[in-house]
Amino acid sequence: MAKEYRTVLEIAGPLLLVGEVSGVKYEELVEVELPGGEVRRGRVLEVDEDTALVQLFEGATGVSVDSAKVRFLGRGLELGLSPDILGRVFDGLGRPKDGGPAIIPEIKRDVAGAPLNPTARDYPNEFIQTGISSIDGLNTLVRGQKLPIFSGFGLPHAELAAQIARQATVLGTEGSFAVVFAAMGITFEEAEYFIADFRRTGAIDRAVLYVNLASDPAIERIATPRMALTAAEYLAYDLEMHVLVILTDLTNYCEALREISAARKEVPGRRGYPGYLYTDLSTLYERAGRIKGKGGSITQIPVVSMPEDDKTHPIPDLTGYITEGQIILDRALHRKGIYPPINVLPSLSRLRDKGIGEGKTREDHANLANQLFAAYARGKEAQELAIILGEAALSPEDKAFFKFAEVFEERYVKQGGDENRTIEETLTLAWELLEILPLSELKRVKPEQIEKYLKRTGAKAKEALVPKEATEGT
Amino acid sequence: MADTRVQGTIRKVSGPLVVADGMRAARMFDVVLVSDKNLIGEIIEVKGDLASIQVYEDTRGLGPGEPVVSTGEPLSVELGPGLIESIYDGIQRPLDKIREMVGAHITRGVSVPGLDREKVWEFTAKALVGDEVVGGDILGTVQESALVLHKIMVPPRISGKITKLESGSYKVTDMIGELEGQGGKHDLGLMQRWPVRQARPYKERLSPVEPLVTGQRVIDTFFPIAKGGTGCVPGPFGAGKTVVQHQLAKWADAEIVIFIGCGERGNEMTDVLMEFPELKDPRSGEPLMKRTVLVANTSNMPVAAREASIYTGITLGEYFRDMGYSVAVMADSTSRWAEALREMSGRLEEMPGEEGYPAYLPARAAQFYERGGRVTTLGTDERTGALSVVGAVSPPGGDLSDPVVQATLKVVKVFWSLEDWLAYERHFPAINWLTSYSLYHDGLEAYFRTEVSEEWAGMRQEAMKILQQEAELKEIARLVGVDALSNRDRLVLGTAKAIREDFLHQNAFDDVDTYTSFPKQYRMLRNIIAMNRHAQDAVEQSVSPEAIFGLPVQEEISRARYIPEAEMDELDAIAGRIETQIRELINEHAGVNELSE
Repeated sequence: MAKEYRTVLEIAGPLLLVGEVSGVKYEELVEVELPGGEVRRGRVLEVDEDTALVQLFEGATGVSVDSAKVRFLGRGLELGLSPDILGRVFDGLGRPKDGGPAIIPEIKRDVAGAPLNPTARDYPNEFIQTGISSIDGLNTLVRGQKLPIFSGFGLPHAELAAQIARQATVLGTEGSFAVVFAAMGITFEEAEYFIADFRRTGAIDRAVLYVNLASDPAIERIATPRMALTAAEYLAYDLEMHVLVILTDLTNYCEALREISAARKEVPGRRGYPGYLYTDLSTLYERAGRIKGKGGSITQIPVVSMPEDDKTHPIPDLTGYITEGQIILDRALHRKGIYPPINVLPSLSRLRDKGIGEGKTREDHANLANQLFAAYARGKEAQELAIILGEAALSPEDKAFFKFAEVFEERYVKQGGDENRTIEETLTLAWELLEILPLSELKRVKPEQIEKYLKRTGAKAKEALVPKEATEGT
Repeated sequence: MADTRVQGTIRKVSGPLVVADGMRAARMFDVVLVSDKNLIGEIIEVKGDLASIQVYEDTRGLGPGEPVVSTGEPLSVELGPGLIESIYDGIQRPLDKIREMVGAHITRGVSVPGLDREKVWEFTAKALVGDEVVGGDILGTVQESALVLHKIMVPPRISGKITKLESGSYKVTDMIGELEGQGGKHDLGLMQRWPVRQARPYKERLSPVEPLVTGQRVIDTFFPIAKGGTGCVPGPFGAGKTVVQHQLAKWADAEIVIFIGCGERGNEMTDVLMEFPELKDPRSGEPLMKRTVLVANTSNMPVAAREASIYTGITLGEYFRDMGYSVAVMADSTSRWAEALREMSGRLEEMPGEEGYPAYLPARAAQFYERGGRVTTLGTDERTGALSVVGAVSPPGGDLSDPVVQATLKVVKVFWSLEDWLAYERHFPAINWLTSYSLYHDGLEAYFRTEVSEEWAGMRQEAMKILQQEAELKEIARLVGVDALSNRDRLVLGTAKAIREDFLHQNAFDDVDTYTSFPKQYRMLRNIIAMNRHAQDAVEQSVSPEAIFGLPVQEEISRARYIPEAEMDELDAIAGRIETQIRELINEHAGVNELSE
C-alpha cells in the first residue's frame, strides 16, 4: 500500500500542491481520496524538494485541504489492453462507459508513449481511397499519415470524418482494419452521431471509443487522446491492424492545456496558450505512422475547429506545422450547399505524391491534380474579377476558367454523404472537367497524357483559345 | 578538490528542467549525468549551490534525492571518419544504433558513441615523420565514401613535430601517430572532439565569390546564395519550406551536406533516409547519401536536445569546412529551436522578451548564422573552405513580424519568402519574386559573367522588371479589365506569365524539372526574353499580343522545362523558331492590313 499524505497545502483550479512528500517522481500517477470515498486521479507536474504539484484529471471540486488523502502510485498513467477492447466504449480515462465488463488486460502500457525512432519509421506510401474526390484526387490520404480536418463551428466535419471512417479502403489489400475514436469535449449529440453511424454500418465491432463529453471534466481531456493512441498503437503494432484514429476536437484539448498552464502561472505564448503547445501537440500527432517490420499502421484524422475560422489561430497553426497537410472546410462552400465543403486550394496532403502515380493510382494523377489546382485557383481569381467588372468584361480565357471553377465545385467537390467514388471515377471526372479549358492552358499535364485522356483534339482547343479578331486594335 | 566530477542531488524536476544542489564547483555548460538512469543533461544556470540543468532525455520518473554527476566537459561531438551517411539525434547519438539496441521506440539513458568504434578505416599518411605541423595541417586521408575523402587534420591549437605516423588500418580510437610539441607529447588519432557551442577556428574570413548552384531556377537566377553564404526560408505551413530545403540538400553543388531536422516531422526524416540513397548526384552519379550527414531531432523527441541539435549540426559542418570542402548546412526549422529556447527560458523563470521568447534570442541566432562563411582554414597549405547555412523559419500564421524571423533577417543575406497564396495556386517553389532578395548579386557578378554569360545580369534585370510591371498592371487590370489595357501592357502581362509559369515554377517531383543546370536556366530565360523582344517589335506594328502568344513556339517555351539536360540543343532550336514565327506573323499581319486598305 502506497504511503498516504494528508498534507495538501493549496488548491488552485485543477492543481493541488502537496507538502512534506518524499520519493515523489515527475509525471507519477496520483490518487486523491475524498472523504466520501470517491477517488480521483491526477499526475505530478512538478516536484520541488518536498512539495509536489499535482494536476487532477477530474478537477478539484469538493477537494478540501483538510480531508483529501493523496497517494503516489510510483508509475505513470497506464492503460490496460487486450483484443477485447474492440467494440467497446470507454470514458476519457479508459473506464468502460457502455455498461460492459471491465477489460482484463493482457498488457499494460504507459499512455505517454515513447518517441518513435526516425530510422524505425517506414515511409507512408500506400494510397487510401476515401471515396471522396476532393481528398482522393487532390489531397490524397496515405496510410500512416496524419491529416487533420480544419473546420469551424457549424460545419459538417463530423459527417466528413464519419464518411472517411466508413469508406476508407486500401486498394488491393485485405488487412484487418480498426477505428479508434477519441472524443474530447464534444457534445453528447455529436458523440452519439458517431456511435450511431458506427452501429449503423457495423463498424462498431472493430472500433474502440474513448469519449470525454463537453460535460465531463475538462482536464480529463488531456489524457483522452493519449488513451486512444495507446490503444491504437496496441492494435497496430501488437495485433498488426491498420488503424484509423479520429481525434475530435483538438481545440478543446488545447483549451484544457491552457487552463492548466494558466493555473500554474506560466509565461504564456500566443493567445494565452503555453509556449510548449507545439511540443505537446507533436507528442500526439507524431504517434501516427508505420514501423518497419510491423504489419499495422496508424493513420490520424484529427479534427480542429478553428475559432472564427481563423487558420492562423495558434491551434490550427501549430497543428499544420506538425501534421502532413490539412483538409480545410469552407463556410462559403457550405452555404452554397456543397458537401463536403472542402476548400481544396488551402488544403494539402504532403504525402500525396508518395501515395499516387503508376502502380498506386494512375500515372497521370500527380500532374492532373496540379492542373486542377492551378485551374481552380485561376477560376476563383476570374470569379473575383467578375464581381468587380461584371462577367461580360472577362477575357474569353478567364470566362473559361470562371466556368471551370463553377463546374468543379458542383461536380467534383460536391458529392453525396454516402457516395463512394473510386479513384478511377475521380480521375475520369477530372479530365472531363478539363475539357472546358483551352488546350494551351493545360501546362501542368504532359502532352502524352493529354493525348491519352483528353477526348477533344488539339485543333478544336486552339479555336477555343483566342478570338484573334476580338482583341485586335483595342 | 581538483576533481571536476562534481556530484550533486536533484532538488526539483519540472519538465526537461532539473535543479540540483551541491553543484557549486560545476561549470556552466558542462555535461552532467542525471539520476542512476544516466540521462544526459547540460548545466545552463548556476546560482550558488544550485545548478539548473536542461536534460536531453525524457525526465519522467525522476524525483528529488537522485544523484547528478558532472562530467567536467562541455557538450562535444566526435569528429572523424564515420560521420558521412550517419543519422544522429540532437546530441550526436546514432539513431540507427539506438534502434538496434532498444527497438523502434527511443528509450532513455542509451549511451552510444557518435563514431563507430569497431569500424576499421584505411588511413593513408600524407605528412612525414619529422614534419613540423600546426593545427589544421593534414596528416593523411581516409576514403570515407565514394564521394568524400576524409582529411585527417591536426586538431586546432596543437603544433609540433611528428615523431610517429604510419599508414594502415585503424579504428577511430586507435593511435595513428605521435606529435612532440611544446605541451609535451600528443597522441594523434583519426578522431577529435570539439565542443558544439564553440565555433571552430579558422585563419581568415573571405568574401563569397561563387554561387551555390542549387538547380532551382528561381533561386539560382533571381535570388542566388553564395558558397559560404547564409539564407533563410520563412513561410507559413504548407508553403513548401521543407520541399525547398530538401531540394537544396539534394541538388546543391556542395561537397558535404548536413541536414538538421530540428523539431520537425518524423516522416520527413524517414523520407530523406529512404530517398537520398536512391537519388544520384547529378555531377558524380553516386548516391546523394554518400555526402550527407543527418541530424534528426523530431518534434516529439526531447525538447532540450532539439536546442542542441543545430549546434551539433553546424559543428560537423565546420569540421568538413576545415578540410577545405564546400559544405551546406540546412536547418529545418530554426523556429522549433527558438521554441525550445523559449521553453527552457520559461522554466528558468527568466523575464520574457517578445512573444515570450528570451531576450537573448537575436544574439543566439546571430551567433549561429555567423558560423557560416568562406574561410581560409587553419593549416599551412591555406585551404579554402566554405560553409553555407540555410535556415527554415516557421512563423505563426506566416507572419513575418515574428521575433524569430526578425532575428534571422538581421543576419542572413538571402531571403526566400515563401507565401501561401502561391502555394494555393500550386506555384512551387512558392517563393515570392517581389519580396525575396539576395545580397550576393554584386559579389557573384564576376562569376556569372565568366561562367554563365555576359548578358546574364542584364537578362535577369529585364525579367525582374517585367515581373514588377506585371504587379502594377494587375492592379489596374483588376479595376478596368485586361481588355482595356494597351497592346504593350498586355504583352508585359503575357511575358510575365511566361516567366512565372514557364521559368519560376518548377516541379520538384518531376524527374527532369527537379534540377536545372545554369546553362539550361540561361537558355530557358533567354528564350523567354527573346520572345518578348521580338514580340515588342511585332506589337509596334500593331500585331496583337494574343496572336503572338498563340504561336506554336510559345507552347514549346512552356514545355522547355521538360527537355533533358542532354538535349540542350533543342532550346537553341526554339530560339530560332521564335524569330521566324514572329517574323511570319508580322508579315502576315502587314499583308492583311494592305488588303483591307
